[in-house]
Amino acid sequence: MSSSVGIVTAQRATFDTPLTFKSGAVLPRYELMYETYGTLNADKSNAILICHALSGHHHVAGYYADDTKNIGWWDNMVGPGKPIDTLKFFVIGLNNLGGCHGSTGPSSIDPATGKPYGSSFPVITVEDWVNAQARLADQLGIQRFAAIVGGSLGGMQAMQWALAYPDRVAHVLAIATAPHLTAQNIAFNDVARSAILTDPEFHGGDFYQHGVVPTRGLRLARMLGHITYLSDDAMADKFGRELRHGKLNFSYDIEFQIESYLRYQGDKFAAYFDANTYLLMTKALDYFDPARELDGDLNRAFAAAKAKFLVVSFTTDWRFSPARSHEIVHALLHNRRDVSYAEVTSDHGHDSFLMEDAQYIAVMRNYLNNVFEEVSA
Amino acid sequence: MSGHDHATLAAVRPDFAAIAAWIPEGSAVLDLGCGDGSLLRYLRETRKVVGYGVEISDANVATCIANGVNVIQNDLESGLADFEDDAFDFVILSQTLQATKHTEALVNEILRVGREGIVSFPNFGYWKNRLQVLQGNMPISDDMPYQWYDTPNVHLCTFHDFENLCLTHSVQILERQVMTGGRRVIAFANLLGSMAVYRVKRAG
Repeated sequence: MSSSVGIVTAQRATFDTPLTFKSGAVLPRYELMYETYGTLNADKSNAILICHALSGHHHVAGYYADDTKNIGWWDNMVGPGKPIDTLKFFVIGLNNLGGCHGSTGPSSIDPATGKPYGSSFPVITVEDWVNAQARLADQLGIQRFAAIVGGSLGGMQAMQWALAYPDRVAHVLAIATAPHLTAQNIAFNDVARSAILTDPEFHGGDFYQHGVVPTRGLRLARMLGHITYLSDDAMADKFGRELRHGKLNFSYDIEFQIESYLRYQGDKFAAYFDANTYLLMTKALDYFDPARELDGDLNRAFAAAKAKFLVVSFTTDWRFSPARSHEIVHALLHNRRDVSYAEVTSDHGHDSFLMEDAQYIAVMRNYLNNVFEEVSA
Repeated sequence: MSGHDHATLAAVRPDFAAIAAWIPEGSAVLDLGCGDGSLLRYLRETRKVVGYGVEISDANVATCIANGVNVIQNDLESGLADFEDDAFDFVILSQTLQATKHTEALVNEILRVGREGIVSFPNFGYWKNRLQVLQGNMPISDDMPYQWYDTPNVHLCTFHDFENLCLTHSVQILERQVMTGGRRVIAFANLLGSMAVYRVKRAG
């Protein structure tokens, strides 16, 4: 039987060695929020790192003693008896650098100025994140991960681990992800960013000092995002053309249920998420392209990888479509790496990777059971 | 998997042992329609191959992963686009040829992706099958255990038919092993053999 990891506590790791970003910018010191579940074994070989996507954070599973309704974002996947089984593995979730859940980010106070970093926080890349994650692993005494798991932008980080630190990860589980964004995908991100950048309350990123928040921009960005995370069919099934008040009102207020849903999601998100973090996350997505410096040759990029891969896509995911996963599979096959690929039939679009589909769960569980057997051998 | 299990598996699927005998240790192998991955697992454990399977069924994909076999979920009918030319030493199509829709295209794809192909299929010309047709019924046998209305087999053929396809499509037959009930058949193969495994390559 599977259950919750129960009460969890967030922890803070401090790093005093400067981190040089891909852009050349240097962060002299920084902090990362993280949580751990399960027990690290004696030879420290059973660690799994969970990399989060755009709006994720370190609170992956369980709940807080003082906030029992605040359940981790991947609680259906991580826990005792769940596919990422905390009875077997030592699981780490973290909030990436630039985030807005306690790790050093644009809303943190810059010790040099005593003010929030705001616009001065460097533009960050997937490579930078992975370098910061490697330092967290060092601090926790983990030389090599049994597996690194991520969906979407998190999948990019998991792949980057295999390319940048091939000896430090045995298995990569890359879910609903892509080797780089398409022009269409970058376009969606740019519209989202434009919504934030043109909000009069954005103040060039330094809105903190003005005591305001660019909620309108954030809200629009999230609404757009949500449209692209769902499939046409899922939206039709869930909302159809259903009217909120049962009749046309000939107004611009909420009339269709889908409008109500999107605005609710937008408001909820804008109330807690940091606008600068949103900009950074979308930029990291846009920039990720391990083949860029290799004439676009993904085969060469993956030559560095030693990890075994599980690649998973979802049939109705049009933002990170199965075709994009095939590109990853192709590059791994070219290099004769161990790889399995599952294309899960699901109605939920890109959001499928967070859902509880029986086939998806079975694939994850079966794969990770073998990872555990390797660790225990 | 123990040696005993290997023996059991080879008894249940007599083509496995024939296929394994043709594959040198350490070969790169692609198994099309790999089912639950048992052939790949058998080849990995007996021949130390680097193997991948292609499989469409959800249940089989999950089982392959549980078996620790590399599996790519795809419809092999829609092409082998994930695989480069000559990517594999052997491409195996075990007891699947007769169930493919675009059989001709698939045979070409097998020999694009693999230096050699290994193809096994039931013989429609086996005498027991012919007898059933003579009696006025579509044949049902251990190798073709389906009613005509629920069979996945859409391109059944005899050994002669397959060999004619090879002849007209520049496919060279390197070896053939004919079997009935797990025993080798030497003479009158197209009449006495219930199934066969062929080793083929591009001619020329």
